[in-house]
Amino acid sequence: MLISLFIACYNDALFPETGKAVVRVLERLGHTVEFRQAQTCCGQMHYNTGYYPEAVSLARHFIEVFEGAEVVCIPSASCVSMIREHYPRIAAEAGLQAEVDALIPRVFEFSELLVDKLGITDVGATYEHTVTIHTSCHSLRSLHIGDKPQRLLKAVKGLTLIDLPDSDQCCGFGGTFAIKNAEVSAAMLGDKMRSIQSTGAEVCTAGDNSCLMHIGGGLKRHGDVPRCVHIAEILAS
Amino acid sequence: MSIRVGQAEHAPPFPKAAHKLLANAQVRTNVRRATDIIRSKRARVVAEMADWEELRNSAQQIKQQVLANLDDYLEQFEKNCTAAGGRVHWARDADEANRIVVEIIQDHQQTEVIKVKTMTSDETQLNVALEAAGITPYETDLADLIIQLGEDKPSHIVVPALHKNKAEIRELFLSKMNLTELGTQPEDLTAAARSYLRERFLRVKVGFSGANFAIAETGSVCVVESEGNGRMCVTLPDVLITMFGIEKIIPAFDDLEVFLQLLPRSATGERMNPYNSIWTGVTEGDGPKEFHVILLDNGRTKILADEVSRETLHCIRCAACLNACPVYRQTGGHAYGSIYSGPIGAILTPQLQSMEYSQSLPYASSLCGACYEVCPVKINIPEILIHLRRRIVEQGDGPWSEGAVMKMAAFGMADSGRLALGQKLIRLGHKPLESLVMAAWTDARDLPDIPKESFREWWAKRP
Repeated sequence: MLISLFIACYNDALFPETGKAVVRVLERLGHTVEFRQAQTCCGQMHYNTGYYPEAVSLARHFIEVFEGAEVVCIPSASCVSMIREHYPRIAAEAGLQAEVDALIPRVFEFSELLVDKLGITDVGATYEHTVTIHTSCHSLRSLHIGDKPQRLLKAVKGLTLIDLPDSDQCCGFGGTFAIKNAEVSAAMLGDKMRSIQSTGAEVCTAGDNSCLMHIGGGLKRHGDVPRCVHIAEILAS
Repeated sequence: MSIRVGQAEHAPPFPKAAHKLLANAQVRTNVRRATDIIRSKRARVVAEMADWEELRNSAQQIKQQVLANLDDYLEQFEKNCTAAGGRVHWARDADEANRIVVEIIQDHQQTEVIKVKTMTSDETQLNVALEAAGITPYETDLADLIIQLGEDKPSHIVVPALHKNKAEIRELFLSKMNLTELGTQPEDLTAAARSYLRERFLRVKVGFSGANFAIAETGSVCVVESEGNGRMCVTLPDVLITMFGIEKIIPAFDDLEVFLQLLPRSATGERMNPYNSIWTGVTEGDGPKEFHVILLDNGRTKILADEVSRETLHCIRCAACLNACPVYRQTGGHAYGSIYSGPIGAILTPQLQSMEYSQSLPYASSLCGACYEVCPVKINIPEILIHLRRRIVEQGDGPWSEGAVMKMAAFGMADSGRLALGQKLIRLGHKPLESLVMAAWTDARDLPDIPKESFREWWAKRP
C-alpha cells in the first residue's frame, strides 16, 4: 500500500525520530511511504486558540497537499482529531465540503492505521522494557481509539505493559492552555507525573508527542524517570 | 439594560484567581475529595442505564425543539400558568427581575422571604436587592445557608459549599447561629441547621424558588432537591415567587420522564431526587394562595441568536461537567469569578454578558473533552469554548502578542519553504526565544532539545 505520511509540524521540527520510526515500521511491513514535501501544519493550534482565518488557510493547504493520497498516516491523535472533528465545520463555512468529505475516510492515526486499516497488532518489534501508556484526550474522547495502542504494545517481544492509574485524566498540556494557564497546567501535570511514576515503569509512551513533550519536560525536573518515548519508536525497535 | 451574572464583571482573570486558589491546600483537598465522590457515584448509576445514550439524545432533541420555538412555548406556558391562577411577569434583565420580586413582597407588607436553592437569583444578585429594600432573605438549602452565613460565594452549581469541610462549617455555625455547643458529626451540623430553619419555615409568609423545569403544556413548575427544605418553601408560605431563565421551558409533562432520569444521576449520582415538587398555579386550601412566575431573559436571547453556541441554553445545571473537569478539580469554582463555574460557567458567563466580560474563561480549559462526555444534554462545550475564543479574537480582544505570534506562525506555515527556513532560524535562535516567549512553559517543564536535523531534511537526504 502507498501510505502518505503527515508528520505533524511539531514532530517535523522537534521529534524527527518519531517520523523515522513510522517509516521504519511501515516499510518493514512491506508498504511504501511517501512524504509530500509541501506539507506544513493541520491548523489545530490556530483553530483552538481562536485564529480562525489562519486555521482555514492551513486546512486548505493540507487538503491540497494530500489530494489524491490513498491513505494518510499521522502519528498524532490531536491532528487527526482536528481533521475529523473540525475540518467538517470549517468545510461548511469555507465551501470545502466535497474535499473534506473525500479526505476524512483516508486519514488514520498511526495505531488506527496498523490495527484497523492494515489489520496488524504484531509489528515484529522487540523492546525489553517496562512501559506505561498515557492516553491522550484526543485519542480517548475524539478518536475513541480504545485499546488499539495497548494491543500493539502487548504484542511487542520483551515488553511489559503496566496500567496507568487515572488514565482518563488530562495531562494538562492543551496546546496554548499550557502557556495561557501555565500554573493550572503545571498542577495537572503534577498529578499526571505522580500517576506515571507510581507505575515504576522505565518508559512512558503515548501516541502524541505533544503530551509527551509536556510530561517529559516535567519529568526531567523530577528525577527524569520514566523517559518518554512515542509509541512508533517502540514499535520500530 | 443591566444584564449581569452575579459580580462576574468585576472578577479578576482566571489565571490570576487560579494562582491564589492553587496555593490553598485546604480548598484543593476539599474540592478533590468532593468531586471524586460525586464522580464515582455518577459513574455507577449511569453505568446501570442501558439506554443512557438514547436518553441523552432525547434530551438534546427536546432542548433543540424548545430553543427553535421558544417564543411559542413561553406564551403557551404563560397562558396555562395564568389559567391555573398564576401571575406571569417578564423580566428583561437582572434589575427588572429583582424589582418585580421586591414589589411583590412589599405589596404584602412583608420583610422576610424563605428561599429554595436557585442559581438564577445569585445571577441577578437578588439578595443584595432585597436587603437594600429592607427585606431579609433566608437561604434554606443547607449549602446555600452555609454560603449565606459565611458571606461566601458558591463554588459549585449543585453543591455550592463544596470548598468547605465539616470542621469549617461547624466553626461557622457556632459563631453565626449563636450556639454554645455543637457536635462534630454531619448529623450534628444538619440538626443545628434544621432547628435554625424550621422556625423560619413556620414564620415567614413569602417563599421564593427557581425552577428546574417549566412545562409549557400545563403551566406547571418543577423543582427537584434532596433535603425537603425546598418543599417547605413552596408549600408553607402564603405567597410564592418562582423565577427562572426562559430556557428552562420544556414542551410537555411527559418530557419530564427524560430529564428526571438524567438530572439526578448526573448531578448527585442518585437514581432519583428525594423530593420532586411539581405544582400548577394555585389550589384552594392547599399551598400558597398567590403564585408569581418571573421569566428571566438577562442575556439569554442573545445566546439564542448564535447558531453555534445556542446549545449552551440546553444546560440543566447538573454540574457533571464541573466534577469531570480536570481544571475545575485543581482550582474549585471561585477561580471562575462567576456563580456559574467549571466548563459550563466558562461558556455561559461570558455569553450572558455579551462577551464583554469574563473573557479569560473560554481559555480556562485544556479542551480535554471530559465535560462533553458527561453532559446529559450533549452540549459540545469544547467546540463552544473554541467558538468563543474565535469571537474574542474577532472582537480584537485577544492579547496583541499572541496575535502577532499566531499570525507569524500562520505565515511561516503557509508553505513548506517558509516552514523549513523557520525551522532553521529557530534552531539558531531558540535560546533567546525560550527566555522571552516560553517562560510560562519553562517555569514548570524543560523544553525539548531541538534536533540538528528536521524530519523533512532527513527525508530529503534519503537515497
